[in-house]
Parts: sequence; C-alpha cells; structure tokens
Amino acid sequence: MSSVIDQKPANAPTEDRPAAVGVQLSASLVIALKAIRTNSVRSFLTMLGIIIGIGAAIISVSISQGAGQQLQEQIQAFGTHVLQVRPGSSFFGGRRQGAGTARPLTDRDVQAVAELSDQVEAVSGRIQSNVTLLAGGRNWPTQVQGVGPDFAITQSREIIEGRNFSEGEARGGATVALVGLTVVNELFDGIDPVGARIRINRSPVTIIGVLEEKGANNFGQDQDDVIWMPLAAVRSRISRSSGSVPDNAGTITIKVWDDLDVLDVQAEIEDLLRLRRNLRPGADDDFAVFNFAEFIRARNETQALLGFLLAAFSATSLVVGGIGIMNIMLVSVTERTREIGLRRAVGARRRDVLTQFLVEATVLGLIGGIIGMLAGVGGTYLAAHLGEFPILISPWTLAGAVGIAVFIAVFFGYYPARRASRLDPIEALRFE
Amino acid sequence: MNAPSAPATETLVECVGLGKDYVMGDNVIHALRAVDVSIQRGEFVAIMGPSGSGKSTFMNLVGALDTPTVGILRIAGQDIGQMSSDALARLRNETLGFVFQQFMLLAKTDAIDNVKLPLMYTRMDPAEKDRRARAALERVGLGQRMDHRPSQLSGGQQQRVAIARALVNRPQMILADEPTGALDTVTAAEIMALLEDLNREGVTIVLVTHEEEIAEHARRIIRFRDGRIIQDSIREVGAA
Repeated sequence: MSSVIDQKPANAPTEDRPAAVGVQLSASLVIALKAIRTNSVRSFLTMLGIIIGIGAAIISVSISQGAGQQLQEQIQAFGTHVLQVRPGSSFFGGRRQGAGTARPLTDRDVQAVAELSDQVEAVSGRIQSNVTLLAGGRNWPTQVQGVGPDFAITQSREIIEGRNFSEGEARGGATVALVGLTVVNELFDGIDPVGARIRINRSPVTIIGVLEEKGANNFGQDQDDVIWMPLAAVRSRISRSSGSVPDNAGTITIKVWDDLDVLDVQAEIEDLLRLRRNLRPGADDDFAVFNFAEFIRARNETQALLGFLLAAFSATSLVVGGIGIMNIMLVSVTERTREIGLRRAVGARRRDVLTQFLVEATVLGLIGGIIGMLAGVGGTYLAAHLGEFPILISPWTLAGAVGIAVFIAVFFGYYPARRASRLDPIEALRFE
Repeated sequence: MNAPSAPATETLVECVGLGKDYVMGDNVIHALRAVDVSIQRGEFVAIMGPSGSGKSTFMNLVGALDTPTVGILRIAGQDIGQMSSDALARLRNETLGFVFQQFMLLAKTDAIDNVKLPLMYTRMDPAEKDRRARAALERVGLGQRMDHRPSQLSGGQQQRVAIARALVNRPQMILADEPTGALDTVTAAEIMALLEDLNREGVTIVLVTHEEEIAEHARRIIRFRDGRIIQDSIREVGAA
C-alpha cells in the first residue's frame, strides 16, 4: 500500500497549534493580493476615497507646514518685538483717512516714546525719499532714509565698517551717511567708502559707515540698496517739501525689550500717544501701531483656516473612503460566503478568517495610501507651483499619511472581517 | 487526546443519545433524536434518508461543523460537545476530509493550490505542502492537470481535485456529501471507484446519498427518518 493516506499525520497534533502567524499572514497576503487583482477596477474605486483623502491631507499639511516655516523665518528676520507707528487711522479701523492728511508724528513723539526706557530698547523716526547719489562721476538712484541713531538697533542691523552717527550729529542734522552694500558696489566698486564724499541733491554728504548685508525682504525689496542719514538732515536738506510740520518724524519704529509682552507695551504706547495728541476717550486713534508679529499671526490664522478646511475635507474623504472599503468588503464577504464556509470546513479558525479579511483591508489601505501619497506629493508641488506657496513635505507627513490610510482601512474593514469570521460554516457552505 | 493509528476495529465515531434541536421562530425542531451509533475505523458507510430525515444534521455533527444539543459525540476519541470553535477547526483540519456535491473549488485558483487549501491552516514546510499536494493529485489521477483551473476541468476531474484536497491532510475519515450528485452516471461510477480504493487503503468513508446505486458501494447503510435511525445494515462483501 503506497499512497498518501494510510500514514499517521506528519503534522502530529500538538495541544495548541502555536499559531503559524508568519505563514498565515503571508498566505493571507497572497489571497488578498489575488482578490484585489481579480477585481482590480473595483479595488481601485474602493481605494479612491482613501487616495483622495490622503492626497488632500498631504497637500494641506505640506502647505501649512511650509507656511509655518516661512512664518518662523519672517519672525526671526523681523523680530517679534518691533512695533511701527504710522500717522492716520488704524489699518482695520472703521473710517479711514488718507495717511497724508493725518496729523504727523513728530520728534517730540519719538522723544516721549524713548522716555519709556524700561519698556523700549530703541526708538527712531523715519522719513524716506527717493534720491540720486553722485560720486566721482557716477550716479545711482536709491532711497535715502532719515532716521535716528537707534534705528540700526530696531532693525537688528550691525554697522560693519566705520561708525554710526552720534546723538549730536542726529540732533544737528549733520550731513553724514551710512550706506548699504548695493550702494557700495554700485558707486565704489565694493571698495570701503568710509570717508568718501558724495552728493545728494547738490548737498555734500560724508559716508561714515557701511551697513551689514540684509538681502531682499519678503516683498523682494533689496534692503542693501539704501542710504541712512540723520532724520534732521534729510528733512532740512533733501526732502524739504515733505510735510508742512517742521519736526515731522514720519513713521516711528520701536524695539521693545525682548523679555516684555509686546502687546502690553503696544497698549502703553497707544495710551501715551493718545494723551499727547489730546484724543478724547472714545475717539478713534489718529495713528496706527503696527505689530509685525500680529500681522503675521493674523495671516497665519488665514492659512490655518485654509489648512483646517483642507484637513476637514481630507478627513471627510477618508471617512467616505473607509465606508467605501467597508461596503466593498461586505460585498466581498457575501460573494465569498461559500469560500469562507469551505475554509472553515477544512480547518480555518474564526481568527484565520478574520486575519484574512483584515489583511485584505490592510493591503487595500496600504496601496490606496501609497497612491494617495504619490498624488499628494504631486498635488503639493502643483499647488506650490500655481499658488507660489511655500511648502514643506516632511517624511513624517508621508509616513503618517500612509499609516492613517492603513488605520482607516483596518478600522472600517474590521466589521466586515468580523462578520466573515462569525459566519456559521454550515450555512456558509449552503449559501447560494 | 488523539487516538494513535490503530487496528480497523477501533471506534472512530461514537454517538450516545445524540440529539440536535433547532429553534425556528417559536418552534423547536428535533432534527436528530437520541441517536446511538458508532462507526469503526476503516468502514465505508452510506447515510440515506429523505430530506428532513436528519441525515444532513448527522453529517454536520460527524463533520465537527456543529455541536450536539444533547448526548455525546466522540470523533477520534475527542468529545465534540466539549470543544471550542478553534479546537473543532483543528479537528476538521487534521482528522477529517470533506467532499461536497458542488465540488467547492476556488475559481481562478489552479488545482494544486486548491488542494493545498487545508494545509494553509497547518504549520508545515512549504516544500512539504507542495510535495503532499502533488502526491494527492497524482493519487486521484490528475498528475498532469496540476496547474489547471476548475473551469478548465470536467466535472469528474473537479471532483477528483476536491477528493485530493480532502486527502492532502491525511485524514482518518472522509465525509462525502452527495459526491456524485452533480455528475453523470459514468463519471459517478469512476468517483465511487476512487472512494472505494481509498477505503481499501484504510480511510474511513462516510457518504451521504439518496441514490441506492451509489449507496450500494458502501458496506454499511444507515437510514434516517424523522431524526432517527430506522435501519442500520451491513452488506456482504461489496464493490466491484
């Protein structure tokens, strides 16, 4: 007697089949891939919700992370403790007057703010005017800024050659100037210009220092294409026409001590200026204190809202995608009822059937997640290209997105899988 | 727990006062009432009876697919009534083989993988699984059709694949539920001859049929009616 049958089973029964988990999983994986491939169109449609959800999630997270990173850079570049005061009503106020018609801020206002020295580290007025610089037969159009000696501190800007102008020079309106590197390059071929004399609107001006390189600001303006002079000098010699008030200080830039709450100081300064300008209680400010950090924060809130909407959209898609998976798996379980009955008859335990369908859900989620990830990365670059957004695609975002896809698939696949595992083998075998 | 391979006189299935009730709405249906019967290792038993007689219920119990309401059922020494769902699955996997009227092969899956199905739930070296599946297919005469899918095989061949699947775990007993019900007479005879061969080689076979001709192949016929055994007869040496 040859044959397969009259031997004792080689898989000698042990008390507890020490679950052949690895083998079982890889076998389930094969079944799952086969089931998915057999119904490839249906499987793709099933995964579509997951794909869209994951794609949208990646786009939203990448855009908001990019915006957040840019925000940090901007805050670091500008400083969170810098305030700007402009004449004219608040940016967001009800009635708006033209800035030019408002009562200007004056040197005495600057002085008054400076006296809050326990709160204010540095303060400076600033008026600006477009001028043409003349030096040794060359000329260069640029912007002259009339500022106080503390302006450099408010801008966190070093003087890399020469020196800053003194209080006395500032007060006296001395015709001395600090220049940016672009000006140095254009007029002096990059050679140290300290001590050189140039002409601005026929006034002779002596260069006493060079400003640290800053590059372009967020609006693309070259911050090195600039010349700084004492405010009084600009007022009296260069832009005489500007303003009818003789001590017009233009806008005031204030650096608040780093350890203070900038909003508290802002309120203090507002009170001070209202008092100085004799504004009755209840009357609108006729000046505006501009807080750059607040501005960025407000813009960030807009971006956060956009991100939230996209996140809500992607969450909705994921739930819809999960329901899609549940729906298709319920169909699949029904279609394969007899197969489940057969598997149970030949020895599959409930948990084997459960595992099989959970693996199938996992594979659906994994494939959907990976396709969604690719779509999301593509969509992010497209959005960045079209909308000129800053983006930041981190590997954690991608890994997290795929993880969420798998979680959603397993979560929504659990019910159908459990249903499959609970089928009565006898009824399942008879199912037509 | 598990009985060792033993002489042909050993009891493989033992029923004592075996009963099974089903609740259908307000009614309790006594599908099986106080059945006392035992099947020895190496027997070839045909179960007969009209529909509703209890023969299917009996087969489900003997196949460890269902558990009794009352009474004792031992299969290969194991008390079915006391076993967990997992333990029953293991018993089916290691001790029993099933053959169905509708073959129950997985479509889009070739013969060898269909035969391997029970081994999926057994811990075994993949090469050994492959070797066993090939041997089982060769045993039923389909050595040349291993990579054919069910749709590429005739009904008789499909049932042979199903028998190979029932054999692949080297079961002590094969339960065949109307195995020839979907086949023509000639093919049915071939399948019965195969089952007789297997029985001669030592496998216990329990067969459900409503055809007397098919039942003739068995040495023992148990007839059910109204949930009870009404006849249990052993024939003189049978088979061609």
